[in-house]
Amino acid sequence: MSPSGAEVIRQIKQQVQEVDPAEVSEHLGNGVTLIDVRESEEWDRGHIPGAVHVPRGYLESRVETAVSDRDAPVVLYCASGQRSALAAHTLSELLGYADVRSMTGGITLWKDRGYKVEVPKVLTTEQKERYGRHLLLPEIGAEGQAKLLGAKVLLLGAGGLGSPTALYLAAAGVGTLGIVDDDDVDLSNLQRQVIHTTRTVGTPKVDSAEAAIAALNPDVEVVKYPVRLDASNIMEIVQGYDVIVDGVDNFPTRYLLNDATVRLDIPVVSASILGFDGQLSIFKPHDGPCYRCLYPVPPPAELAPSCGANGVLGVLPGTMGLLQATEVVKLVTGIGEPLVGRLLLYEALSASFTELKVRRDPNCPICSRDPAEITDEEMGVFPDYEAFCAAAG
Amino acid sequence: MALIKIPPVLRSSVGGEKEVTAGGGDVGAVLSSLASQHPDTRSQLFGADGSLNRYVNVYLNDEDVRVLDGLDTAVGEGDVLVILPAMAGGAR
Repeated sequence: MSPSGAEVIRQIKQQVQEVDPAEVSEHLGNGVTLIDVRESEEWDRGHIPGAVHVPRGYLESRVETAVSDRDAPVVLYCASGQRSALAAHTLSELLGYADVRSMTGGITLWKDRGYKVEVPKVLTTEQKERYGRHLLLPEIGAEGQAKLLGAKVLLLGAGGLGSPTALYLAAAGVGTLGIVDDDDVDLSNLQRQVIHTTRTVGTPKVDSAEAAIAALNPDVEVVKYPVRLDASNIMEIVQGYDVIVDGVDNFPTRYLLNDATVRLDIPVVSASILGFDGQLSIFKPHDGPCYRCLYPVPPPAELAPSCGANGVLGVLPGTMGLLQATEVVKLVTGIGEPLVGRLLLYEALSASFTELKVRRDPNCPICSRDPAEITDEEMGVFPDYEAFCAAAG
Repeated sequence: MALIKIPPVLRSSVGGEKEVTAGGGDVGAVLSSLASQHPDTRSQLFGADGSLNRYVNVYLNDEDVRVLDGLDTAVGEGDVLVILPAMAGGAR
């Protein structure tokens, strides 16, 4: 006579190694991969922080994405310790994982002991449909989408670069978009500033952008700053944002922004454009170089023309702005290799990209120091600052 | 001969070209050769003391010459120099 299901489970539980929640808690994050083998609805109601979700029904097909090294230590858990024991048996007996254990008592015992549980942000039915193409990407998935929905991104300018960036970040579901711009929409902007329309000419850019974003995605909260960024307001405005998208059109503000973001440890996705040429890099404080490491001093005014005076191919800020938006999504979701310590040059007429290395300057006047030591007075200042600003008018 | 990529702001000084070639055994010699061919570039590249202006970055292939041997960095046949002053332009 065949054994009962309960008997099979009892036998398998005798064969697999078990581990107490206390030991799991102690070793969290120490190179042990913790896998939750429950169903999606159970995972959504709360799971152990740092765990990865591989439902038991998909164990054989997906476990290698979670742990590719078959000698690496793996701990499985479920609700009470039964399904994880069966899954552990599968991993060790059928898939050749050498160091697999099942957590005794599952997440029920874990909770009873008072250990921490993380409740993920659950997407609504409408959000699951809206962001469906993200959810299909294993690199993003529900977890990445939840990060995007929880992210706060500040756009400096709703102009050529800010327009496409704002639209795509809104479409991607970035939950909070701050927009700093004190300008009104002008007819001459519409050749490239695609977030604005003929109908919004003459209205503040922050209002025009807010309306376009609201029409595209009601999940996004827009915070408007109809001001010019300066030393008196920068710390207050940028504080609390996860990523800043820089498309500002002048050097004093770029240096000011750099110094404020180094102080506050906020990454800046920076782009600049001129004519048919664009530059792009991420300045991530203390992980990579800052803007001052790359350009310790600005060029004299005659070598620093602005787009207003020199013209720009209308599509170019679109190209560069979308590269910025891509880097923002990567930073927020933690995927890929962000453009930190690298400068990407794009030349539209020859359709060529050039990548250059950017090193941290060990003597950088700003990012080589303890951020707490940087004073308000020195922010945004560079040698010959007064002369530069006088020449630039 | 090395290939030199010219940034937008310097193109008017080299007859509108995006790339020019110049000879020389090291970065300093190649840039001096460029400045001889196109005198308008000299004051933009070099300060009064002959050193590279601090607001101009020069890369040999993909590496900043300042982390190599500066103007003394050897330049081989087929190397590419990129001249890169900072650009401020957003597009308001």
